[in-house]
Amino acid sequence: MSLPSVEPLIEKLGQALTPYFSSPDSQPIIVGIETGGAWIAERLQQRVAPGAELGSLNISFYRDDFTRSGLHPTVKPSSLPTDIDDRTIILVDDVLHSGRTVRAAMNEIFDYGRPQQIILAILIDRGEREIPIQADFVGATLELDPGSHIKLEGPDPLRLVIKSLESHAG
Amino acid sequence: MPDNLNLQLDNNGRLRHFLSIEGLNQSILTEILDTAESFTSVADRTIKKVPILRGITVANLFFEASTRTRSTFELAEQRLSADILSLNVDTSATVKGESLLDTLQNLEAMQIDMFVIRHQDSGSAHFFAQHVRPGVSVLNAGDGQHEHPTQAMLDMYTIRHYKKDFSGLRVAIVGDILHSRVARSQIHALNLLNTAEIRVIAPRTLLPVATESLGVSVYEDLESGLKDVDVVIMLRLQKERMRGALLPSEKEYFRKYGLSQERLKLARPDAIVMHPGPANRGVEIESSVMDGNQSVILQQVSFGISVRMAVMAMIVGQSGGDS
Repeated sequence: MSLPSVEPLIEKLGQALTPYFSSPDSQPIIVGIETGGAWIAERLQQRVAPGAELGSLNISFYRDDFTRSGLHPTVKPSSLPTDIDDRTIILVDDVLHSGRTVRAAMNEIFDYGRPQQIILAILIDRGEREIPIQADFVGATLELDPGSHIKLEGPDPLRLVIKSLESHAG
Repeated sequence: MPDNLNLQLDNNGRLRHFLSIEGLNQSILTEILDTAESFTSVADRTIKKVPILRGITVANLFFEASTRTRSTFELAEQRLSADILSLNVDTSATVKGESLLDTLQNLEAMQIDMFVIRHQDSGSAHFFAQHVRPGVSVLNAGDGQHEHPTQAMLDMYTIRHYKKDFSGLRVAIVGDILHSRVARSQIHALNLLNTAEIRVIAPRTLLPVATESLGVSVYEDLESGLKDVDVVIMLRLQKERMRGALLPSEKEYFRKYGLSQERLKLARPDAIVMHPGPANRGVEIESSVMDGNQSVILQQVSFGISVRMAVMAMIVGQSGGDS
């Protein structure tokens, strides 16, 4: 199957998100989920709001399958701006699938503070949700075989690939 | 029954208990250090907690007094969201004559998932690990004169934090090696991490028999031993473990083996000074060195929390699949 190229999808997300950056007094924080989401978050920041604060989340401490999957010490630790209270957070990830990653990311965000609002922006929504989480903005929607695994490779260039894997928790 | 050294690893070579540095390998040590690094940021959050040990009950059994080790273990457990039970065993059942095995079985009946144990007898953590139910893990917080593996790992973390790479380092461990479980664990860890040179500096009476066989060079003279080292680890003079006339007096000890400003100048100018605590000011280390700008003694304490979090998280998360 042919996969869309990534840059136009980021462009589309950027346009959709622009209105959130209209007020100079309340700029959202753009937060990407490591590693794919963090690459997209950085691109969005460059395109839409080069002055906006950027954060990243490594959700491995928050995964609901931690006792099975363990830690990945090579993944960068989370970094969020010190004060996220009452801010708008644009949460960015590459692929939305079961919804569990986003749930873990939101749990982690609330351990840093109490944001006023979280907006979810996703590059690829491949459906097959296991919990009721939906994105506010989606680059593209794809239907894939249940056994397959779509992955964003990068950071330069960013490119989508499909891998056949027995399971993926994303 | 598996032998003592392999007891702490499962069939896939993953950490199951954490009993001694001896018997582990370089890749596990490095994984502990890397994992600890990712936990340091938890302390900067509004809510200093991650849910890794949620639902897990940890019992801290301290048959011997401890301040730093016990409180940093407790904080590490709390920051991982564990439920914890801390027993001061000098004031409890064993004093009334209960055996170690009975204490263990009674606690297991309370559905404890993980034990952190400090005991005056060498081998007691192994003993616990041999007798716990499958799925229950044991961490050694110091057993007799044998090992204190989490202390050694926080020391390795501290060294790596300041010096990056072990392969070019000269590390001196100074003092009461004979009674020190910390020194024994440190020497194993430094060797596994390929430290260029490990020196132990002590009077003969405070050295174990055949110290050289541990892969260290032995110095009886502090001044020649300190020359050009990158790391100086001072050990506490363990007055409570001294039997017999191993030393003339504390004053005499300081005169020959105490770390003073003057003597520290023999080490490399960027050398760091470490001490596992509690330190006897004026006995093994001069106050001004302890509070000086080469001292990283308090940083060691902070790193201890992340390192203990890392070990517990690695035991609980059995690792595997990609993310």
